[in-house]
Amino acid sequence: MTQAEIKLCSLLLQEHFGEIVEKIGVHLIRTGCQPLRVIAHDTETSLDQVKKALCVLIQHNLVIYQVHKRGVVEYEAQCSRMLRMLRYPRYIYTAKTLYNDTGELIVEELLLNGKMTMSAVVKKVADRLTETMEDGKTMDYTEVSNTFVRLADTHFVQRCPIVSATETAEPTPPPPAPTLVINEKDMYLVPKLSLIGKGKRRRSSDEDAAGEPKAKRAKHIESKEPIPDDGIYWQANLDRFHQHFRDQAIVSAVANRMDQTSSEIVRTMLRMSEITTPSCAPFTHPLSSNEIFRSLPVGYNVSKQVLDQYLTLLADDPLEFVGKSGDSGGGMYVINLHKALASLATATLESVVQERFGSRCARIFRLVLQKKHLEQKQVEDFAMIPAKEAKDMLYKMLSENFISLQEIPKTPDHAPSRTFYLYTVTVLSAARMLLHRCYKSIANLIERRQFETKENKRLLDKSQRIEAIIASMQATGAEETQLQEIEEMITAPERQQLETLKRNVNKLDASEIQVDETIFLLESYIESTMKRL
Amino acid sequence: MAGNRGRGRAAYTFNIEAVGFSRGDKLPDVVLKPPPLFPDTDYKPVPLKTGESEEYILALKQELRETVKRMPYFMETPEEKQDIERYSKRYMKVYKEEWIPDWRRLPREMMPRKKCKKGSKPTKMKDTDKGTSLTNTADVLKKIEELEKKGDGEKSDEENEETEGSKEKNKEDEDDEDDAAEQEEYDEEEQEEENDYINSYFDNGDDFGVDSDDNMDEATY
Repeated sequence: MTQAEIKLCSLLLQEHFGEIVEKIGVHLIRTGCQPLRVIAHDTETSLDQVKKALCVLIQHNLVIYQVHKRGVVEYEAQCSRMLRMLRYPRYIYTAKTLYNDTGELIVEELLLNGKMTMSAVVKKVADRLTETMEDGKTMDYTEVSNTFVRLADTHFVQRCPIVSATETAEPTPPPPAPTLVINEKDMYLVPKLSLIGKGKRRRSSDEDAAGEPKAKRAKHIESKEPIPDDGIYWQANLDRFHQHFRDQAIVSAVANRMDQTSSEIVRTMLRMSEITTPSCAPFTHPLSSNEIFRSLPVGYNVSKQVLDQYLTLLADDPLEFVGKSGDSGGGMYVINLHKALASLATATLESVVQERFGSRCARIFRLVLQKKHLEQKQVEDFAMIPAKEAKDMLYKMLSENFISLQEIPKTPDHAPSRTFYLYTVTVLSAARMLLHRCYKSIANLIERRQFETKENKRLLDKSQRIEAIIASMQATGAEETQLQEIEEMITAPERQQLETLKRNVNKLDASEIQVDETIFLLESYIESTMKRL
Repeated sequence: MAGNRGRGRAAYTFNIEAVGFSRGDKLPDVVLKPPPLFPDTDYKPVPLKTGESEEYILALKQELRETVKRMPYFMETPEEKQDIERYSKRYMKVYKEEWIPDWRRLPREMMPRKKCKKGSKPTKMKDTDKGTSLTNTADVLKKIEELEKKGDGEKSDEENEETEGSKEKNKEDEDDEDDAAEQEEYDEEEQEEENDYINSYFDNGDDFGVDSDDNMDEATY
């Protein structure tokens, strides 16, 4: 794990779970597998707190445990999973676009809680939806369950591995840690539950000081009822979301390059291969033109001939997103997933070079990319840029590691005067370098945002207190003039300051989200390439 | 390989033009300090994407940030006591639900053991636990004393190792039973002398230690 990744994980853990969990998590990332006592000793935290922190991390699938010989249980951190915490808003938004508010809330609850049973999810989501509905209306459990089942069918949520039932015939002591197994077939199997009920609206009177004992009482009542699907936990299937993002990226790339119709065709092809093709395959299954024609969305009036023409056009495109693999059934077509990801990653690199160094540098970069290896003289000639400037640009890109140098010696003693020096772009290493920079930038963005918030902490606290006072006064009934007096406690320049702060924080947050999109593209490309090696 | 060094003019082994400057060119000054921390960039960054979905995701992100702080998974570090009790603190207290993990899915050592209240009379169970751990070290110490008396170097090493090994194994078995509170108490016991006197019974008297010897002229008798 690089330093940049560790720093980013540390910031994310701190924001989501607090300092103690952050300390334990970062220690585990740095040192690898460790047993409980060693963690407590090295981080100098009490055993109790370490246990709690590990429980939280295991619940959220950020740490796994393994039983080693002599019964020692060792814990290992999953750094890549921790980095996914950046992407939670995107997952939730995707669920909203596909399955409306119900789906959005289901995925949100699963992400916030790590793992949950289906009944717990359904109950919570129904309660939350009932809160937002108008008075008198409630959300039925069946509707929420239906959405849950649909999410499971399309693999967006999956079952967690279950505790393997060991026979207790022998009088051996139980193992120090349970082994968790999951059968491939059972991963998306929804248990037969008859969840009947309606969401409960929390009355506003519960929100004051009496809230605490009431919560305790409610929990006590809950624990008495037997849960029908006890032990069957569900989690969000992040790989499936990634597959969806990848499909979205490919479709929008095709739309940008060609037109709307071709992007719809590609979208149809991708939808047809969603469940049949594993997410890491380089190609989708071949689809015949007839099948595609039958599966096109209903509103589209595209004749068979036009469809064939589009497919031929897509297959001939130099970007090679779509390839023709045979002629049966009117033509068998596949989508080259790996090539598509490679093109997207390359486009990202080109765009970065352009924005950082200028369009002439970008021209040189694209040239070297296309021609694979070029000498300095050839670069100047092909790019039609004066020698001095070309040299300058090449060295600038070389120093930033976008371009690398390949030496080809003519003589065994590698004398510089008798060696060819060729400039080349290795997309994989450039992508890795850019990915590393992205991690660093997000860490910087988060730090800056925390700094800005801390700088204005006094002002933020003051405005929060005033809001709380106003809210409580409104609840007890107060005159307009009194409320206005209290609002005026925040002066105009302070309001200005708050506005500026809000704008800055929004900008920093939006930047984080956008950098995360780049990270996703680069990571997918690197993963796809590594699987093929 | 020495070439013409020292005789005539120096010659480079490669084509100097290829590097980018010719002979006799004025090279840029040597830089004697690290590059600036925030250098000016020629090209400013592209503006961020805006749109409905981007705004929605932004709002989701900010809400999530607030929500995770209220979840039971967020472990707060205990804050120092504030000097003045603020009125609005009453209205801003967040009541967190207690979260209990599913113990069947976690390793056995994760379960917190029931803590015995400090100061209460030690129950029999606790006594045996503490007894075994105390006797362990007491055993080892006694054995070391015995062996020292015997003066058998090699044998004592072996026996020490054995006792160490058994002590470790014992400690591992007791790992599940040991608990943070017990450990603290164990440490306390360790520090006390191993005698029959209960510390709280001995009263030093109020005057003990209060009168310090300000004037060291007078000798103490």
